[in-house]
Amino acid sequence: MSGMKQLLPLALAALLTGPAVASPAAPEVNIKDDAYNPKTLTIVAGQTVTFVNADDDAHTVTAIDGSFDSRGLDTGDVWHHAFTKPGTYRYFCELHPFMKGAIVVKAVGS
Amino acid sequence: MRRGSFLEHVAWTGGGIAYALGSGGLLTGRAVAGAEGTVEFVQISDSHIGFHQAANPDVGATLQMAVDAINAMPAQPAFVVHTGDITHLSTARQFDDARAILSKLRAPLIALPGEHDVVGNDFNAYLANFKIPHSTAGGWASWDASGVHYVVLLNVFNFEKMGLLGSDQLGWLEKDLAAVSPATPIVVFTHVPLYALYPEWGWTTEDGTKALALLRRFDNVTVLNGHIHQIVTHQEGNIRFASADATAYPQPKPGAAPKPGPVTLPRGDLLRAIGYRTVEIDDGQVRLQDRAFG
Repeated sequence: MSGMKQLLPLALAALLTGPAVASPAAPEVNIKDDAYNPKTLTIVAGQTVTFVNADDDAHTVTAIDGSFDSRGLDTGDVWHHAFTKPGTYRYFCELHPFMKGAIVVKAVGS
Repeated sequence: MRRGSFLEHVAWTGGGIAYALGSGGLLTGRAVAGAEGTVEFVQISDSHIGFHQAANPDVGATLQMAVDAINAMPAQPAFVVHTGDITHLSTARQFDDARAILSKLRAPLIALPGEHDVVGNDFNAYLANFKIPHSTAGGWASWDASGVHYVVLLNVFNFEKMGLLGSDQLGWLEKDLAAVSPATPIVVFTHVPLYALYPEWGWTTEDGTKALALLRRFDNVTVLNGHIHQIVTHQEGNIRFASADATAYPQPKPGAAPKPGPVTLPRGDLLRAIGYRTVEIDDGQVRLQDRAFG
């Protein structure tokens, strides 16, 4: 799996570049009370984000540009998505369009 | 069902008299204040089959309560309309479960999709289970019955900007209404409110004003929708709007909570906050009666 191969260089890159890329080792977005937390998450290219629906209602993680879509996430469902290309990915909940979030993907070593 | 609500349920039969089985099994009658007409159709909404959280651990049972109450009506309505969110997440299992309950209705069912029935902007799971009569390729529809022009508008696709009708549907609506005389009562069914009820929570249709502009020339327009799990009425000129209760669980009043998610109530209070709506049409006048389960 190509994502696994990239993990080691990514970790090294994170160590070498210090606080410039404040990406967590296991990036996660928690969905609770009709909101994505954090609303904006910064990672480096190649990382996989885990989206956890901890709310008492169903939600989706749907890219505004159409590049990814979790489909329906029921209470307790978990969905993973790997972000390989740098950029800012804005997404929303198809069931509650006032819910918005963004994943900011930095280039490795940026 | 409580006895009191059973009395209420049989009170539409007309003639100003309601009948109920007395303790000895005899039919007893009682006068009803104001003669009520015949129910033309019944609206149910937002059943969310597949939801299993505290706000309603058994949404199948509460949808069944609606079906039982409607089937018990002595004069069956011409049809039952479900204004969307039949399922919680559009899964095949949820559609199967919903259809199993709704197929027990004695009256014909007209079921609209809500955004929960087209998750992923995918109409196919819904279409495998339900079809709106007289519908066009896009899914919207119109027909005439009992002197009323009925219109089904779909505003649950491309949901990023809230409810949206789109230019194809608006173009169709303009042509559809062109042949209808201004005196004809119009009844419109949608899932999401057609007007800006509370845009902060997505309770609006982005291009709804364009549909309302086409409806303005009619003397008597009633727009019935679901989506917001509560009764909210509103009037703009000759256009009257009425959002319906869910059969599943209530949502907060607009802005009354930090978020619009499911409201958890004690069981008795839940049954008073969910229900169905009977609609009488008498001499062109459309009368709504909301009936809670508890």
